[in-house]
Amino acid sequence: MEPLSRYSFTINGRPVEVTADGRDPLLTVLRNDLGLKGTRFGCGLEQCGACMVLVDGEPSYSCSRELETVAGRSIVTVEGLGRDGALHPLQEAFIAEQAGQCGYCLSGILISAAALLARNPSPSRSEIIGALDRHLCRCGVHNRIVRAVEKAAEAARVRS
Amino acid sequence: MIANALPKSLIDNPRLDTWIGFEVEGEVRLATGKIEIGQGILSALTQIAAEELDVAPARIRIQSGDTRSSPAEGFTSGSNSVTVTGSAVRLVGAEVRALLLEEAARRLGCSPSRLSVRDGRIFLAAEDTGLDYWLLAKSMNLGRPATGTAPVKRPEDYRIVGVGVPRHDLQAKITGGAFIHDMTAPDLLHVRMLHRPWRGARLAALDEAAVRKAARAPIDILRDGDLVAFMADREPAVMRALEAARLNARWEGGDPPPDEVANPDWLQARLAKERLIEDGPDIGSPQHVFEAWFSRPFLAHGAIAPSCALARYEDGQLTVWTHSQGVFALREWLARTLGLDQAQVSVLHRQSSGCYGHNSADDAAFDAAFVATRVPGRTVRVQWAREDEMSIEPFGGATSVRVRVALSTDHRPVSWTMDIWSPVQACRPGMNGGANLLGAAAISNALPSPSPEAIEDSSEEVGGGATRNAHAFYDFPSQRILFHLLADFPVRTSSLRGLGAYVNVFAIESVMDELAERAGEDPVAWRLSFVSDPRARKVIETAAAMAGWSGTAPGEGRALGLGFARYKNRAAYMAAVAEVEVEEAVRVSRIWAAVDAGLVINPDNARSQVEGGILQTVSWALKEEVLFRDGRVADPTWDGYPILRFSEVPEIDVRLVEAQDMPTLGIGEVAHGPTAAAIGNAAARALGQRIYDLPLTRERVMNTLLAQ
Repeated sequence: MEPLSRYSFTINGRPVEVTADGRDPLLTVLRNDLGLKGTRFGCGLEQCGACMVLVDGEPSYSCSRELETVAGRSIVTVEGLGRDGALHPLQEAFIAEQAGQCGYCLSGILISAAALLARNPSPSRSEIIGALDRHLCRCGVHNRIVRAVEKAAEAARVRS
Repeated sequence: MIANALPKSLIDNPRLDTWIGFEVEGEVRLATGKIEIGQGILSALTQIAAEELDVAPARIRIQSGDTRSSPAEGFTSGSNSVTVTGSAVRLVGAEVRALLLEEAARRLGCSPSRLSVRDGRIFLAAEDTGLDYWLLAKSMNLGRPATGTAPVKRPEDYRIVGVGVPRHDLQAKITGGAFIHDMTAPDLLHVRMLHRPWRGARLAALDEAAVRKAARAPIDILRDGDLVAFMADREPAVMRALEAARLNARWEGGDPPPDEVANPDWLQARLAKERLIEDGPDIGSPQHVFEAWFSRPFLAHGAIAPSCALARYEDGQLTVWTHSQGVFALREWLARTLGLDQAQVSVLHRQSSGCYGHNSADDAAFDAAFVATRVPGRTVRVQWAREDEMSIEPFGGATSVRVRVALSTDHRPVSWTMDIWSPVQACRPGMNGGANLLGAAAISNALPSPSPEAIEDSSEEVGGGATRNAHAFYDFPSQRILFHLLADFPVRTSSLRGLGAYVNVFAIESVMDELAERAGEDPVAWRLSFVSDPRARKVIETAAAMAGWSGTAPGEGRALGLGFARYKNRAAYMAAVAEVEVEEAVRVSRIWAAVDAGLVINPDNARSQVEGGILQTVSWALKEEVLFRDGRVADPTWDGYPILRFSEVPEIDVRLVEAQDMPTLGIGEVAHGPTAAAIGNAAARALGQRIYDLPLTRERVMNTLLAQ
C-alpha cells in the first residue's frame, strides 16, 4: 500500500492542499477531494474530452493525469471559468444558442474553447472545429456549439 | 382540434393532485413519471402547464421519475412523452385552473367567466381581487379524478407554448454538478463491479490478492455467484482493482457470441420464431420481381457518461438513485430480484447524459441496490467503466432485411414483401417476464431467465421493435411483413433510438430509389406518385425544395439523395435530403430536413432534437458497428467504436412545417430512418452503385469501387 502524501497546487485561483496517493487521477481528486463536480468522467482513456481542465492554461485530460504531476501548477475547471459570480462569455453564448441537450460533454468543451479564445480571440470556424475535434458529443449538438463559440468570440471583440 | 379524450397517463393516474399542487407559496408543483434524458421534456411540460394555468414558467417546480410521488407513466421512450404526458398535463392544467376559478367566483359572488388569471393571481375585469392560486388551493381538495371536461386553450391563444423558451436545466450543466454522477454523501462507499463478459459465463478464477495489491489502498471484495463488487472509501482504489480484475479473471462456459454474430448469413441461419406482421399476399413467382438484401450491425448507445447509480439500505428500506428510463418497472424488478417487498423500495430518477435508449442504467441500479443490501447503512455509489458501457450494455440489435417487390410492367409495385431477421429490439426490465438486469442473472440465487419461448419483441401496438416502420408509408396495393424473431440470441439487445426504423426505412427508401431508376423517374416525383397523405407530400416537397432538388443527374462523386418516413407510421413526418461526396469514403456535407410534428411546444428544442437525431444517424450510417472477437467486443473503447467528430459534421437546415392546429407528434426519433435513407441514396448516386449494408464504411466504398 502506498502512503498518502500532501500535494499543493492552485485551483481556480485558490491555493489548495490535498492528501492523496500521487498516482490518483486528477479527476477524482477534483471531484471527490475538492468537491468540484463540474469536471466529468467519460472514459478514463483520453478519448472523449469530458474531463478536460486547464493546467497552466493548457487543456489537459484530468482522467489520466496523475495528481503528482500537477503539484505547484495552476488548474482551472469549468467552475473557474466565470469571474465574480458572472458566467464566462462562452457559457452565456452556450445558453443563448441552446448549445446543449444532455450537457454532459459541455464542461470539457467549454474548457477547450476557453483555451482557444485565450490564445486566439478571433478564431476561424475551422480553427474552432480543430480545437474541439478531440471532444465527443453524442446528442449531435456540434453545430450549435461551434456557433456558440463564434458568438462568444464576437461578443468578446465587441466588448474589448 | 385537440381532443379531450383522456391519455393513458391520465387514465392510469387520474387524481389531479398527483400532477399539480400549490403546497409552496408562489410555486406550482408539476409531477411527471417521465424523465429528462437531454431531450428537453421537462422544459416542454413546464411550458404546457404554465400555458394552461396562466403562470410564469419560472413558477413551475417539476418533480420527475420518483416512485414515491410521481404519476406512474411507464418508460420514457418511443417519442411518446409530449404526445401522452403533454396531453395529460394540458388537461390537468386546464381543469385545475377551472376549479380554482370556480372557487374564486364562489367567494367573490360572481360568474367564473368574468375572472381571469395573471401569473396565478385572480383578476375581476382589470381589478386584482387579492385572491391567488395558493390562497384558493388551501381550501380546496384537488384529490379528485380528472374528467377532461375543462376547456383547454386554443392554439391561437398560446403565449408560452410554441415559443422557444430556453431549457431550464442547461445553466446548471455548464457551471458545475447537475448529474447523478455528482451526488455524494458523507458515508459514500465507492464500488466497481466485475460482470460476466458473455451470457452464462462462470467465473472460474479471480486472483484476489493481485487485485488488492493493484488497488494500492484497502478495498473490500464481495462475491456472489458470478458477480463481484470491489468497495472502498477512495474511488481510485476500486478503479485500479477493477482494471486488475478484468485482466486476471478467468471465465468459462456460457454462450460466447461467435465473431460473425452480426453477419446476415449467420442471422438468417439461426432458429427463428416466425411472426406474420402483415398478411398481404405472398409474391409467389411473378414475372417481374425486384429483390434486395440490407443489413445493419449492432450499435452501441454510446452514452458519453458511463452508467452510475447510488443506493442506500437502512431499516429495511432500500432507496435507489438511477438514470433509468423506467423507475416503476425498475422498482418492481429490484424488489423481485433482491427478495424485497415493493413497498420497501423507492426509486428516484436523477439525470445522466443522453442514453438514446435502454443502456446500462438499469444494470448499474441493480448493482448499487445489490451491494447496498449487503452493506446496510452505507450510501453505495456504483460507477461503470467505459469498457463495460461499450461491451456488456444491451446493444441495438443487428438485423438482416430482405425486400421483394412484384412489379407491374411499368415497374410499379403490385405487392411488397419485407422479411426481417433480428433479435429483440426491446428488452427492458420486466419485458418478457424477466428482470433483464445484468447482475441479477449472475448472483447465486438468480431468478430464472425467460426461456426463448417467452421472448417477444415490442408489440405492434406500441409501434413494433425490429418491425418498427417495416410497413412502407406508401399507397401500394398490398404489403406483407414477416418477422423472423431470433429469440435465443447470444448478444444482449434492447431499445436503441428508433429501434427497427433505422434499417427498415433505409431498406424501403433504397428500394424506392432503385425502382424509380428502373422506371426512369425522378426519385421525388416517383415517391409522390405513391403518397396521398397531404402531410407526407408536404414534407417531401419541402425538403426537396430546400435542397434545390432539380431531378438532374448527379455530378461525379457528389450527389443528393432523399429519404422519407413517418416515424412508427403514426408519429412525426420527416423527409431529408443529404448531399454527399464520395472519394475513398462517404462524406456527408449537408442535410436538409422538413418535419411535420403537429403542434410544436418548443420549436427551438424540437429543431435541436431533429438536428441531433440527424447527426447521430450520420455517425451510425458512416462509422458505427460493434465488432466481436473471441466472445467479446473487440475493442470496447471510443478507439474501437469511433463516432462522428466535429470535423465530420455536415451543415444542417431543419424546417418545421407549420401544423400548429394538429395534435403534437413525437419527434425524438423521427430523424434516424429518413437520414440514413437519404445518405444511402445519395451515396448510391455518387458512387454509381449501391451499398446495401450499414455502415457505409471506407472499406465498403473501396470494395464497391474496386468491383466496378
